[in-house]
Amino acid sequence: MESPILKATNFNAFFGKNHILKNINLEVHKNNVWAIMGPSGCGKTTFIRCVNRMHELVPNASVEGSLQLKGEEIYDMNPVVLRRKVGMVFQRPNPFPTMSIYDNVIAGYILNGIKLSKMERDDIVETSLKQAALWMEVRSTLHKKGTFLSGGQQQRLCIARALAMNPEILLLDEATSALDPISTSMIEELIQQLKAEYTILMVTHNMQQAARVSDKTAFFYLGELIEAANTKTIFTNPKHEKTQEYITGHFG
Amino acid sequence: MEMVLEAELEKKKKLSQSRLADKHIGRRNKKNIFFKGLIVTATVISTLPLLFILFYIFKQGVGALNWHFLTHLPNPVGEPGGGVSNALVGSIMILLVSCVIAIPIGIVIGIYLSEEKRSRLGYYCRLAVDVLQGIPSIVIGIIIYEWVVRPMGGFSALSGSVALALMMLPSIIKSTEETLKLLPESLKEASLALGVPYYKTIMKVIVPTGLSGILTGVILSIARVIGETAPLLFTAFGNPFMSTNILKPMSSLPLIIFNYATSPYNDWHQLAWGASMVLILMILILNIISKIVQRKWKVQF
Amino acid sequence: MITAISYKSKQINFKEKAFKKTLALSAIIVVVILLAIFFTLLINSLPSLKAIGLKFFYQTTWDPVSDQFGALPFLVGTLLTSFLALVISTPFSIAVAIFLGEYYKKGPVAEIFKNIVDLLAGIPSVIYGFWGLFVLVPLVRELEMKLHVAPYGVGIFTSSVILAIMILPFSVSLSRQVISMVPSHLKEAAYSLGATRHEVITKIIIPYTKSGLFAGLLLALGRALGETMAVTMLIGNTHDLPTGIFSPGNTMASVIANEFTEATGRIYTSALIEMGLFLFVVATIINVIGKQIIKRFTLE
Ligand SMILES: Nc1ncnc2c1ncn2[C@@H]1O[C@H](COP(=O)(O)OP(=O)(O)O)[C@@H](O)[C@H]1O
Ligand SMILES: [Mg+2]
Repeated sequence: MESPILKATNFNAFFGKNHILKNINLEVHKNNVWAIMGPSGCGKTTFIRCVNRMHELVPNASVEGSLQLKGEEIYDMNPVVLRRKVGMVFQRPNPFPTMSIYDNVIAGYILNGIKLSKMERDDIVETSLKQAALWMEVRSTLHKKGTFLSGGQQQRLCIARALAMNPEILLLDEATSALDPISTSMIEELIQQLKAEYTILMVTHNMQQAARVSDKTAFFYLGELIEAANTKTIFTNPKHEKTQEYITGHFG
Repeated sequence: MEMVLEAELEKKKKLSQSRLADKHIGRRNKKNIFFKGLIVTATVISTLPLLFILFYIFKQGVGALNWHFLTHLPNPVGEPGGGVSNALVGSIMILLVSCVIAIPIGIVIGIYLSEEKRSRLGYYCRLAVDVLQGIPSIVIGIIIYEWVVRPMGGFSALSGSVALALMMLPSIIKSTEETLKLLPESLKEASLALGVPYYKTIMKVIVPTGLSGILTGVILSIARVIGETAPLLFTAFGNPFMSTNILKPMSSLPLIIFNYATSPYNDWHQLAWGASMVLILMILILNIISKIVQRKWKVQF
Repeated sequence: MITAISYKSKQINFKEKAFKKTLALSAIIVVVILLAIFFTLLINSLPSLKAIGLKFFYQTTWDPVSDQFGALPFLVGTLLTSFLALVISTPFSIAVAIFLGEYYKKGPVAEIFKNIVDLLAGIPSVIYGFWGLFVLVPLVRELEMKLHVAPYGVGIFTSSVILAIMILPFSVSLSRQVISMVPSHLKEAAYSLGATRHEVITKIIIPYTKSGLFAGLLLALGRALGETMAVTMLIGNTHDLPTGIFSPGNTMASVIANEFTEATGRIYTSALIEMGLFLFVVATIINVIGKQIIKRFTLE
């Protein structure tokens, strides 16, 4: 079996003295979609924010243990370099309000000062928007501000913005929780298609969504990774009683 | 639950009925109306001075104001006419130089304060900005005299600019800080998550998004110091001739108003009225521009 | 489709650090400037502090020719004009604050009055002085004749009236801010018990905002103490102790404005700077206390 793209070994995260993630061990392989589940406050967001080192932006936040991207220790890398390889989509769509749709897609290049020719730019914008299933809707209004779009469109714009950087891993933190059902199903479909090219970690509260979209599921409880397995196994034959309680709707 | 005797209940009912049967409701209502009348009257009276002042200045100034007035030097005593071109050019030059000094420093400090919400240095810096803002302008004049005029060996427009820059600084810092603090954290995170370094995130995402607020603050701070006289008395000093050398004394509108207003000559009073009108118009225009910038450039989330 | 991005991580790190250092350094600069202002004033006041000492504050003769520097008349003039201005403007500023903070919070009326107050704040001091000289002074002179006091026209009273107009917008904006922070559930509770608006304002809003309103007055006083140009033009500039509110006088700020560039002699200049130091210290104390009260009020 090929080596994992993301590997956590005895990984811990803290906010000040609060021990948030406890001894996490997880291997994520290429082209898999992982659903990260668990009751609210169990550390899902914290975990994926460790993957692109957004965690350390909070004062006094710290980590211990090993987290590797393609065998390279994430916490030895330059965070700026790392974040270009790990895309992230947030709970609420956050397009840049001063930029057009077009510029929003290539924002990673513009803001990093990476020069592209007009053709390269057009290519990246079109391809990324197509990947995010937004191209048809915005192709004629590319130079309008991104904030004029609907919530669901804005979120797909944010996905396109992340995809434009061609990330090794895409992180989605409850990316559909602020959206209407139609937008949600569009994004779910999108994730299905994206998995051919990318590796995806998605935090979700929605059990059906996890079941529909993911190949693997990691179940967190009180900062511990209780169970990680094929989504089918987790939903049909959970090993741990907490997992079972959760998927049968006893808490959370 | 505690027992309440029926007799007690009855007593309370009677008492409250007798007291709450408001025989004074008419008087209370009248008082209410009278009070509002009082507030409205006092408010209207408070606004009269502005109307009087504006009316008076326009009445006195409008006669003086014409192209000649803006393009000619003041005439010596006894010759009516003349203009305030030296003061107009002086005011603009002094302000431009103070903008060059104050705007970059002010914005950078504003960024620092909006980013460091809890640090110790931030606390002291904020305190210092508050204190700086409260320093009487005449004291700023003394300070710049000691810091710039004395070492340079004489009055200069440059020293006037430094004085005005020092007066602009606190309000630029504060408006920048306030504007940037209101931007959502998610904006910064969006940029950082794309691997954009912190300094580029600030300069290319945060500052442009807050630009209309920052600019509004800058324009208002210019409007606030454009009429400052006290700090210029011992710095730019004034100059009856046209001068564009910032190392030499220079005239400015507020200085010319002060000097001519307190002179005993009617012709010079006339010049001072005209200069007051020009100054007020500039302040009005700056205020209007700031409103437009605020509204038109407002970034929508 | 995307070619490799070249990462210059060392360079990024360096710029990152340099940027953060620059920000912090600029913040330090403000603190340093403030300290430098204080020490500049203090050091330049030393000759006068040594030569005159406490006499500075109780002697009534200010005569540079005979090296006598008693600043009591100016101290009295400063305090008298400022407090009188505060007394005149407070009822009006509170009224406007209630008007804008309670009766007309939004809508065209509020907009008009807000703009007027803003404009009032925007008029330069020198123009207030000029206008006062030509409009207010004759009026006051008439009043003085009716009252059978010496009709100078200029003097403490005239300066106070102008100062009152000048500090009004300042205290209005502070008081309005404070009044608008009264939680609406408090007001609604009073209304639901049948209180009239007048009662809500005087029995709920004013008591609730007492400390904030006080801070607003304090800060306005701080403003008035250091106000220079208008007062200089209207106060009459005598060196004698004022004998009443209609007599001419001088304030510390206006003495500095009038005499600083002409001061000859070390002690003379130093005595003027000492007045600057005094104004600086008083303004700073008032400012810090006032802002502290407002901050505490806002946090509650
Ligand atoms: N910025 C923060 N500072 C301190 N504690 C935090 C912060 N963010 C989250 N936490 C704490 O970390 C724990 C995990 O939070 P989070 O990862 O956001 O949970 P989830 O995403 O699973 O709901 C929670 O107990 C929360 O209180
Ligand atoms: Mg979360």
